[in-house]
Amino acid sequence: MPEPLLQIEPAPPKGDWRDPHVDFRKGVFCYSAAAKNLNYLGLPNAREWQPFDADWKLPPDWKRILLDGMKERLEKYRSFRLFMDICVRCGACADKCHFFIGSSDPKNMPVLRAELMRSVYRRYFTLTGRLFRGLAGGRELTEDVVKEWFYYFYQCTECRRCSVFCPYGIDTAEITMIGRELLTLLGCNINWVLEPVANCFRTGNHLGIQPHAFKDSIDFAADEASEITGLKIEMPINRKGAEILFVMPSADYFGTPHYYTLLGYLMLFHEIGLDYTVSAFASEGGNFGLFTSHEMMKRLNAKIYEEAKRLGVKWILGGECGHMWRVLHQYMSTMNGPADFLEAPVSPITGTVFENAGSTKMVHICEFTADLIHAGKLKLDPSRNDKWRVTYHDSCNPARGMGLLEEPRYILRSACNHFYEMPENTIREQTFCCGSGSGLGTDENLEMRLRGGFPRANAVKYVKQQHSVNLLACICAIDKATLPALMDYWVGDVEVAGVHELLGNALVMTGAKERTTDLRGEPLAVEEPEAVHA
Amino acid sequence: MNVLASCSAVVLLVLVGALAGRVEAGRALLGLAVPYAALAIFLCGVCYRVLRWAWTPVPFRIPTTCGQEKSLPWIRRNRLDNPFTFWETVGRMGLEVLTFRSLFRNNRARLYDGRLVVGENKYLWLGSMAFHWALLIVLLRHLRLLVEPVPAFVLRLQSIDGFFQITTPDLYATDVILIAALVYLLVRRLRDPLVRYVSLFTDYFALFLLLGIAITGVLMRYVLRADITGVKQFAIGLATFHPTATAALGPVVLVHLLLVAALAAYFPFSKLMHMGGMFLSSTRNLANNNRAVRYVNAWNYPVKTHSYAEWEEEFHDKIVAAGLPLDAEPELIHTEARRALRFNDQRNSVSGACAERSRRVSPW
Repeated sequence: MPEPLLQIEPAPPKGDWRDPHVDFRKGVFCYSAAAKNLNYLGLPNAREWQPFDADWKLPPDWKRILLDGMKERLEKYRSFRLFMDICVRCGACADKCHFFIGSSDPKNMPVLRAELMRSVYRRYFTLTGRLFRGLAGGRELTEDVVKEWFYYFYQCTECRRCSVFCPYGIDTAEITMIGRELLTLLGCNINWVLEPVANCFRTGNHLGIQPHAFKDSIDFAADEASEITGLKIEMPINRKGAEILFVMPSADYFGTPHYYTLLGYLMLFHEIGLDYTVSAFASEGGNFGLFTSHEMMKRLNAKIYEEAKRLGVKWILGGECGHMWRVLHQYMSTMNGPADFLEAPVSPITGTVFENAGSTKMVHICEFTADLIHAGKLKLDPSRNDKWRVTYHDSCNPARGMGLLEEPRYILRSACNHFYEMPENTIREQTFCCGSGSGLGTDENLEMRLRGGFPRANAVKYVKQQHSVNLLACICAIDKATLPALMDYWVGDVEVAGVHELLGNALVMTGAKERTTDLRGEPLAVEEPEAVHA
Repeated sequence: MNVLASCSAVVLLVLVGALAGRVEAGRALLGLAVPYAALAIFLCGVCYRVLRWAWTPVPFRIPTTCGQEKSLPWIRRNRLDNPFTFWETVGRMGLEVLTFRSLFRNNRARLYDGRLVVGENKYLWLGSMAFHWALLIVLLRHLRLLVEPVPAFVLRLQSIDGFFQITTPDLYATDVILIAALVYLLVRRLRDPLVRYVSLFTDYFALFLLLGIAITGVLMRYVLRADITGVKQFAIGLATFHPTATAALGPVVLVHLLLVAALAAYFPFSKLMHMGGMFLSSTRNLANNNRAVRYVNAWNYPVKTHSYAEWEEEFHDKIVAAGLPLDAEPELIHTEARRALRFNDQRNSVSGACAERSRRVSPW
């Protein structure tokens, strides 16, 4: 943790933003991608370098590569061309970005983050810019601009909050995504993104877990679930002919507190007798390709439909994850579909037809579980969660790239007795990012993560003070990995949990033994509430 | 610097208009050549820009959703902020274009004693609404100069607009609102340190130009009293491509005309194209029905993937060791291999994987 406490001092910006110089200070940027990862993926300009080096060892014709890349994308993406053209710089987006709020760096205002690229666009791709240069808002493309792009495009979590407020819906995520794609052409990536991408391409998951270790992890979790419930719980792997393929982020079987969510899935699927399988090949729902390039996203995503086809399942169920669902919802079917070898998803328990997933054939676990609860198929004892006073953090992508808002809340209200919302302007489509999304959740970037996460933490602190909230529920693997550090730093004594962990706690299972502990192995008994001091 | 440059540019235009209006040739230039040239640039330019966008493919359906999606039938969904059907999307766009829905959400995040407070902030929305709607009504009112007989709706608009009847001729409310809104937008751009920081020449230039147009218009109507019949005759001539003599046009009329021409000619090269662009924004004008209706990317191309077969080949021994089924070999062999390898594998990896779980930091 950085000491002393981070100072957030909003001060009027100084100087001219067109000066591209950036200071790569420790704690606020991510390290470069290792050459082996670029080589494995066949990406250009693999080399040893770091952002703080003076010489970035760019290819000799880097400028042409970059401008050609821009030209190509301007012709392929209407969003990109339009967002380069129509911003009026009204500034409505300025204080909507968590990184700007937490860092007071004016180039973290979404408008300026985009202007970093727009200024180059105007200079090289518009008539007025070619003629009038600076007066028309144009800026020369120099190596310093490349460094500046790297710094600020990897200081955006692509959470799309600014896009909600923009009168034209200009989406900084779209600009950052293209920006990262362009930087990839020069071999300027960060390792926290490219290592998982390389792992995922090879082994099927971001952590590089190979089939035998995958099985061990799953079996270990199944044993633990069996132990807690006294039932024999199993999770089938690569089983052909199952009705449903279940895909989750790999963190669920390798990270904490994700792991407790996996226990929740295991118990739920066992209780309803679901005919399903997981896959050691499609062992990752997340897709860091989204943070690399559209092409990489497609390359990594392909395995999900491929595996569903190979195993002969009817449809696919997806676990709790944020960006994973942006890819599955908005890109998968377009990129790797049509999934006409699958059937439209129908809940085998309730018979509910998931009309909204009829083409992609993939259902979110929260949609699935909410339907089960609504149909009265689950017996829940919310008092088992009584030690938790819960609030819910909408993850950016399910909120703004999908609109999955009520399902998780419905599950939480059914599984917990104490549920409190954070203030209106910080939840649902206005939710604040954890500050670590889009592959920025690495520890060398901790200061910037804590700054970016400040608005979210601030809202949690508010409900902690108002309602003694002690648990932050969420449905995103990145959240689960990074919110604990954020809570420790800004709030204190607030734990982080997945929605299905709480469901697993509350789930009354047929033939199970009396529960004495929750999924974390901690006693169920409610602690005595502390005396209130006047 | 940007402020000064853009303000000077507009002042220069005013001076050019005022001086050129003094000689007959200048008047002909300002009254005939310039307006036609500006109109041509405006029409061609705007068409080019809009078609350029329209011809650029939309590879993915990427709406920014702002409310509950359509999922289970008993969950109330937000049809306007998270549209599922075509008509709901039209509704969303309608709200966006007519009422500036997204800007209405605007709020203000400020720090007080280390606490972040997100409060109301509707001024920008109010200023923009006032400006755009007033401008539209003022433009529509100008139809009385271009069409004979004057359409009934224009007359009605005029009488509503002049409802207060506090000056002679009647003061139009929109004239006041337009100028007030422009002044607000300009002052905001100058005084808000963040907005000022990001503002470019073009941002001020558009505002100064519009202010110039509004002020000359108001001067003509209320102060210097242009010869309205002469102006109308001229305007109709211009509109019907039978231009008449420009002798009757006073200097303010010519300056007004020149500024309008400058705006029209500048329009296609500027951010003012947001007028056309906002209709084409992929995050707003597409329905959020991605999983129900497949969206097709016109340039979708095959990519290099790592197939199951390659994966199985690479990890063959480990798959066998873990007792997982193989595609490549018959069931029998795999059972044999499983039996042989299971023991070794368990010894090597079970404890390792479990211990690692607690140590390793995952990238999520």
